[in-house]
Amino acid sequence: MKWVDTILGRTKPKAANLDALFAVPGAAIMLEAALGLTSAGAAAVCFKPASGYDFASACNEIDELLALAGKESGSTVSQSEDSYGYHWIVVHDDDMSDLVTTVHMVNSSLAERGYENQLLASVFAFRGDGGAVTYLVYLFKRGTFYPFVPAPGGGEKRDNQRELQLQGALTGEVPLEADLTRWFPIWGAPVP
Amino acid sequence: MSTGRGYPRDAGLAARMTFVMFLLGLLYVAVMAGLIAAGVNFAFVFILAGGLLFAQYYFSSKIALFSMNAHEVTPAEAPQLHGIVDRLCALADMPKPRVAIAESDVPNAFATGRSPSDAVVCATTGILRRLEPAELEAVLAHELSHVAHRDVAVMTIAGFLGVAAGFITRSMFWFGGGIGMGGGRDDDDDGAAQWLVIMLVSILVYAISFLLTRALSRYRELSADRGAAIITGAPATLASALVKVTGAMGQIPTKDLRAAEAFNAFFFTPAIAPGFSISSLFSTHPTLEHRLAQLAELERTMGHQGGGV
Repeated sequence: MKWVDTILGRTKPKAANLDALFAVPGAAIMLEAALGLTSAGAAAVCFKPASGYDFASACNEIDELLALAGKESGSTVSQSEDSYGYHWIVVHDDDMSDLVTTVHMVNSSLAERGYENQLLASVFAFRGDGGAVTYLVYLFKRGTFYPFVPAPGGGEKRDNQRELQLQGALTGEVPLEADLTRWFPIWGAPVP
Repeated sequence: MSTGRGYPRDAGLAARMTFVMFLLGLLYVAVMAGLIAAGVNFAFVFILAGGLLFAQYYFSSKIALFSMNAHEVTPAEAPQLHGIVDRLCALADMPKPRVAIAESDVPNAFATGRSPSDAVVCATTGILRRLEPAELEAVLAHELSHVAHRDVAVMTIAGFLGVAAGFITRSMFWFGGGIGMGGGRDDDDDGAAQWLVIMLVSILVYAISFLLTRALSRYRELSADRGAAIITGAPATLASALVKVTGAMGQIPTKDLRAAEAFNAFFFTPAIAPGFSISSLFSTHPTLEHRLAQLAELERTMGHQGGGV
């Protein structure tokens, strides 16, 4: 009963489509072929830590899972905090599909334990000619991707032209965020 | 058409364009037949409407420049602008149009003139300030495509019926009212009924041709986008200029996701479903999304071709 929910102000969060993450290796091949971008071998999952014992235990569980996954795939995993109070799980792996699998595992473990609302985004880092960094951002709540390219000059400026070019290249590869107003930058991500 | 050898064709776009032009022609024939059947002094209507059309066509560049408060500039006054136009004309193998600048902060550019040899390309000071040189080049390439496609002539002819119908409608109100007041009561009711029918028909015709010319205009815009993308070889640059010019570059936010998230209570709300809106039916330009999608598609295909060479 949708209208009852509307009257009572209840919204149902959209179920995240984590499977979209598995499109990233294909998109990476496309980016390398079309634009010369190579994976920086690093990705990160950004989430807002909730208070409470339960969440802390979930995080511990993830730590254990990550340690296991790291042993299996050779991914190295670390964690960090940022100035916004968000928590980052940083994954390093030169193999793109292992990288994606680990990122997927972090996302799904948190989601399975009912912390979907805590998850913000996953960020994949790519490098172009001359080492300039390009990000492919996955918005957890929207299940969509968008490119984020910091301008080479620094100073929190973004290269919109390059981003639109990437939009062209990524069309059909990954579910792209059609609403440009949601292409939020993520400055100072702890990757690569 | 005058698109040159280097331009790959877009069959779908061309087909839709032809279809709209066909509908316009059909409407034209229908209204002519209707008018003759109604017994209107055909020559009188035609000469007046034709005269108006000719004036619009012949003085198009002067009218446009005057209404935009634009003035022509010499290469010495605007070397950068002239340089870009020179290069593009050499690339497209077309005569160089006159170059004008309009004093306006609204970022815009337009091309006008009845033929490529008579054309004027005009940019506002607002657009000159806002765009990077490469983006300005892409915008001017779009305007030069309009010149090469003879869009002023095409749109004038397409608009002819609208002008004619609008003129007839107005003259019905003037002359029809005048005759009625002049005590033409002895005229049989047939005449009055005829006037009414013609009036209704011309209003209807005007409304339909209005929609069709606007649809045609949107296709010409997409064609010009395409031409510009191909001439400059950089669809993304035109896309970026379009986004800046339409004020939508502001759409791509500069505020950090994590900062924005805290304030955005409606983050879950799905975006409004994309579709065919009323406003896009009436507008002379395609929506930004539509134009960007076409340019993104071009970027893809050109990227593939470039990779193969």
